[in-house]
Amino acid sequence: MSAESKIVEMMEEDHKPEHDGDRGLHYEENLLWEKEHSDSSGVDLPEPAGLKSRTGVAERGNIGLPQVSEPQALRHFVRMSTWNYSIDHGFFPLGSCTMKHNPRLNEKIARHPKFAHIHPMQPESTVQGALGLIYELQEWLAELTNLPGVCLSPAAGAHGELAGMMTIRRAHEQKGEIKKRKIVLTPDSSHGTNPATAVTCGFEVRNMPTKETGILTVEAFKEALYKTDPDGADVAGMMVTNPNTCGLFEKDIIEIANLLHKAGGYFYMDGANFNALVGKIRPGDFGVDVMHINLHKTFSTPHGGGGPGSGPICCTDELAQFMPVPTVVKIGDMYKLETIEDRPESVGRLKGYQGQFGMHVRALSYMLSHGADGLKRVSEDAVLNANYILRQLEGDYYAPYADQGPCMHEALLTDKHQKEHGVQTLDIAKALIEKGFHPMTVYFPLVLPGTMLIEPTETESKDSLDRFITVMKDIANEAETNENAADHFHSFPHSSPRRRLDEVKAARNPQLRWKPA
Amino acid sequence: MRYLPQTQKSRDEMLKVVGANSIDDLYVDVPKAAFIDGKANLPDHQGELAVERYLGAYANQNHAAPDGPFFLGAGAYYHHVPATVDYIIQRSEFLTAYTPYQPEIAQGTLQMIFEFQTFIAQLTGQEIANASMYDGATATTEAALMAMRITKRKKIVIGNAIHPDYREVLQSYMWNFDGEVEITDGEPDETTACVIIQSPDFYGAPHKYDSLRKKCDETGALLVVVVTEIVSLGLLPAPVEADIVCGEGQSVGLPMSYGGPYLGFFACREKFVRQMPGRLCGISEDADGKRAFVLTLNTREQHIRRDKATSNICTNQGLCALAFTVHMSLLGEDGFKRLATLNHEAACKTADALTSIDGVELVTENFFNEFTIELPTQSKEVVEVLAAKGIIGGLAADDNKLLVAATEVTTDEDIDAFKAALQEVLSEVLS
Repeated sequence: MSAESKIVEMMEEDHKPEHDGDRGLHYEENLLWEKEHSDSSGVDLPEPAGLKSRTGVAERGNIGLPQVSEPQALRHFVRMSTWNYSIDHGFFPLGSCTMKHNPRLNEKIARHPKFAHIHPMQPESTVQGALGLIYELQEWLAELTNLPGVCLSPAAGAHGELAGMMTIRRAHEQKGEIKKRKIVLTPDSSHGTNPATAVTCGFEVRNMPTKETGILTVEAFKEALYKTDPDGADVAGMMVTNPNTCGLFEKDIIEIANLLHKAGGYFYMDGANFNALVGKIRPGDFGVDVMHINLHKTFSTPHGGGGPGSGPICCTDELAQFMPVPTVVKIGDMYKLETIEDRPESVGRLKGYQGQFGMHVRALSYMLSHGADGLKRVSEDAVLNANYILRQLEGDYYAPYADQGPCMHEALLTDKHQKEHGVQTLDIAKALIEKGFHPMTVYFPLVLPGTMLIEPTETESKDSLDRFITVMKDIANEAETNENAADHFHSFPHSSPRRRLDEVKAARNPQLRWKPA
Repeated sequence: MRYLPQTQKSRDEMLKVVGANSIDDLYVDVPKAAFIDGKANLPDHQGELAVERYLGAYANQNHAAPDGPFFLGAGAYYHHVPATVDYIIQRSEFLTAYTPYQPEIAQGTLQMIFEFQTFIAQLTGQEIANASMYDGATATTEAALMAMRITKRKKIVIGNAIHPDYREVLQSYMWNFDGEVEITDGEPDETTACVIIQSPDFYGAPHKYDSLRKKCDETGALLVVVVTEIVSLGLLPAPVEADIVCGEGQSVGLPMSYGGPYLGFFACREKFVRQMPGRLCGISEDADGKRAFVLTLNTREQHIRRDKATSNICTNQGLCALAFTVHMSLLGEDGFKRLATLNHEAACKTADALTSIDGVELVTENFFNEFTIELPTQSKEVVEVLAAKGIIGGLAADDNKLLVAATEVTTDEDIDAFKAALQEVLSEVLS
């Protein structure tokens, strides 16, 4: 029996009772392949004319796709959707992810038929509106960062990092120094994408310790910069997130950037935390040479359960010639895509077509809505909200850097106190789920054990923050006073669509697709 | 400022709690030189109506596919998307959720990814698939990088006409290897990591894989098959001979949207799973023994492995994968195959109409929903003149060649209008 016909047979036999687990508004829902199938497709298409095939190859046999009608399909996905927590449900304090409100206006505008139904290879004369919009977004980002070169094509933050580091690589190549400049410096608190990106670009990574102070000190930087060459002439650049993932602004950044520039290196800034700065502070004014911006964080394009993102880069005039293509330029009244023929020094194309255009539309819609005054307020409210949480919780949780002064838009705590009672960060996260919240980012940054990184964003009210603070205090209190705290916490969550998962089991014997039993 | 819920009263109260006199006290660590003096040199905030008008003016300068006959493809296709798809992907629970790192409260996204992976594996005839990638071009590059990791070789062979953007992206990434990676056209040898072949190829012709499979077996190279029009897999045989199948899934569920966001897909043999890039969703169970889905094999990924990761990728195209999965669910076996047949028939009719014009020759004898014709003059100029007449007539390629795509959206009237316009343009140009 062929694999395909076996699948079909299994589909016909396999009717598991699917609604046995339904209780109240909690639903069970089988995989599409396990459901009762319909005779008809959920899409009514006209009968083909029966023309002779001109493909020159055999016709496809049975694929084994499940077939359901439209109401069955709709119900399937609506029921599944009820198992997800989202920013529209409630507070989502995921550090470094900027889970802020996603305005529906942006969705509406991106769906304008004259944005949605244009093709990336149409003659430029027929897409002047799209090119004009991209150009305007480039201008907004240049103004907000004070970095005049902007390329919108990277598809996500990590892709922007790649674009930015390749831009740096090209600059060294042009100077004839790429063979000797192999080292990229990055603090141990950086996102995992930073070292992974540096390696993808052919660099070696040198970590800089930040544990003691939560920030990069001039001493630690100098030690890394001059470690194998007295002038730092083997260093290509550094990748630093600012504010960093401990929630702190790198206060010595200008001095560090100057030392790096003197040694001939470039400063890449991971812009994941740009929400702390937007409209108020410009990275181009504290020494950044190139950075990416996560439109899906700072500029509120929806996270969509993990993409699509968009990670434009902004850079100095010096580096702009090396950025990936395409970028949009204005010549007279006409907008034009700049290709590798127009800008031969470019590192080339890193993505098909022009980037995640639908995300560009949403981001510009968001920026126009806020304007210069609103964006500044975004930064201020985001920073105020994080400091409020930090000060309210520093008595209940270990806040490693709270004594040094204010945080930026994220508050960092650890489970140091709770661990004494057998309750760890993972347990606190699962307890938050039980109490109706999405947890914060856990076990990141890696500089300290059991970290909890809380990013409230500016779109939460004081009332919303107070409710979270109350729950966090309750959890700390329960961890301290419950005699069986460890067992009690290990059992969380109870009320979510699924209880705690055995993640090891999934990796031991990976099942990555439906197969007939 | 409708997106900001804090009141001045609550701001003042909170400042008191944090022990600050003013908001700027919280920015003590920021050097003075980095502050904007006042506010950015940009317009102030605007209401919804004003923003809609402003951006609508940009939209109105575009000529969109519904505005006239439309025959452009080349890796991005104009298909109809059922209303249900757009409704589901705008549900808050899918639209405004994060990556499913907390599986207890993200089973909706996780089960969807598992279904997506199953659809891709079935369509491509491969054993497993990942949770999606940025787009077809980057997925193809990741396939080449994966083949290099598996074979420990550094030569990439391009077996036929692949999409030029895909080739450019591949070249850009490989530049990072300091000239150690060779990209050539032709056939594999003993130093080849992989052969990349696109089917249908850039000019529209479907390919067979048996002889290339044999050469790969002889040389130890991997066979990478690229599919830029995934609807073709409803009519053409699955590339089961391949080691990796990757490409672009935009055609199912997503609008063309001037080039993105799209949906890279990536499928391969199970034995390569630990060398795969991107996210993977697998099956486990919860504390009550109930089946549950979870992101798995994370030890390949950057957030665990940092500089030792298989790729720097940190995300997938979650919502695009959802659109694809909903559209595939609606189509089902019969609908998907019928859609493919209708696409092929629309292209057959278009090809017949255009080649009935004097001096227009069909270059690709075999095709799926896109084919290449040879014009008696430069195709770039023809495309521009057609566009001025409101017809998007395909992609100008290689001097006189024109790539023409048709889909289920193409009507007989569109074909007639295209034929008449092309006839007129050619007689103008040639006279």
